[in-house]
Amino acid sequence: MKWSMVWLALGLHLFTTPLVARDADPPASLYHLEASLTGQDGAALGLDVHRGHPVLVTMFYSSCPATCPLIVDTLRATERELSAPQRAQLRVLMISIDPERDTPAALLELVQTRHIDTTRWTLARADAATVRKIAALLNVQYRQLPNGEFNHSTVVALLSPTGEIEVSSNTLGQADAALLARLRR
Amino acid sequence: MKRRVILCWMMACAAATAFTATGSAPQRARVPGGTFATVLPPAAEQKTATVAAFDMDRTPVTNAQFAKFVAAHPAWRRDRVARVFADPGYLLHWAGPASPAAGTERQPVTRVSWFAADAYCAAQGARLPTWYEWERVGAASQTVADARTDPAWRQAILDWYAKPAGKTLPDVGQGAANFYGVRDIHGLVWEWVLDLGSMMVSADNREQGDPNTSKFCGSGALTLEQKDNYAMLMRIATLSSMQASYTSTSMGFRCVTDVGARP
Repeated sequence: MKWSMVWLALGLHLFTTPLVARDADPPASLYHLEASLTGQDGAALGLDVHRGHPVLVTMFYSSCPATCPLIVDTLRATERELSAPQRAQLRVLMISIDPERDTPAALLELVQTRHIDTTRWTLARADAATVRKIAALLNVQYRQLPNGEFNHSTVVALLSPTGEIEVSSNTLGQADAALLARLRR
Repeated sequence: MKRRVILCWMMACAAATAFTATGSAPQRARVPGGTFATVLPPAAEQKTATVAAFDMDRTPVTNAQFAKFVAAHPAWRRDRVARVFADPGYLLHWAGPASPAAGTERQPVTRVSWFAADAYCAAQGARLPTWYEWERVGAASQTVADARTDPAWRQAILDWYAKPAGKTLPDVGQGAANFYGVRDIHGLVWEWVLDLGSMMVSADNREQGDPNTSKFCGSGALTLEQKDNYAMLMRIATLSSMQASYTSTSMGFRCVTDVGARP
């Protein structure tokens, strides 16, 4: 009787514990970073919001006049090249480098104007210190100019379900061949 | 014999404590805010940088100081750190996973990644200095705030760059205090800066005019000023070649804190 209770408790514990614990992440996983992000709907998120799925991660800022529309286009071009089941598995995480202007409301506006499907795509913001660390992990270089605009390198990284960078692409305007090859495996 | 060793160790610790606790100067030196000509202009039309007042560690962080941090934050032990935050060289010269070799306690800690340096400063309620903050302090000689046009000052730094790295580093604090009371800003180790990811210096300056070959969006890579000032440009070249998980036997760091609100 007593033992069955113990087994039941243990079973419940196993059942409620996340399938992939943080400690079990591979050494090169970006998910080791404890980062507090806020999504376009105001929800608190971790960098591992799409844990368990292949994820395309990129950094952007929503007031960007030229490059950032192109980033969304590039991500969409990549998705279009995939089969429907592959596309259903894929997630997208766009993280802003502009914590001052990119409030959840600003992110939501971009979601609406670009008709972004938030069941699979997440736009997120974080404080400046967190942005710096995520950029360092992705090897994104960025710099705010005196006029408020940013210079930044464009990186689209494909993360494995456990958060390791599998392919990192600087290609803009079209789907990156190496990235697609990996996604189709 | 063993007791004598322990006694010596305790005395050394006491001496080290006395140095930091009752030394004539507090741990950090006040650097007033101001505007100065930078080698890394914020924009093509703006050649100056402005920083608010800040307090900077008078000396680079030592092995003993970093060991204390590692003891309190075991995730930063070399045998536990996630590889994504530090390459395999991280603290490799230490005697053990949490202890520097005897006799190196007051040497500047090296073989620390940007992530580790960032975490250390955060644990002290501080942060890494930005490039502009570092540059402002790095521009000073013992007597003037900006000595960068002084040929003798430039030559002294270049002489250090040219000197082959010795097997062991000197202890911190042996260099002369500069204009702000900061020591070893030159002549001991390279130092991480907070905005490492903003040193977008193109590998080849000729790329800058051609957006098709440029790696960067916006107005592209930075243009360097004071191209004859190798002493400063060497710093930028070194920093821009480092990624945040890299470690090096000659890269250390120091921390700063803000003074009041930023402008």
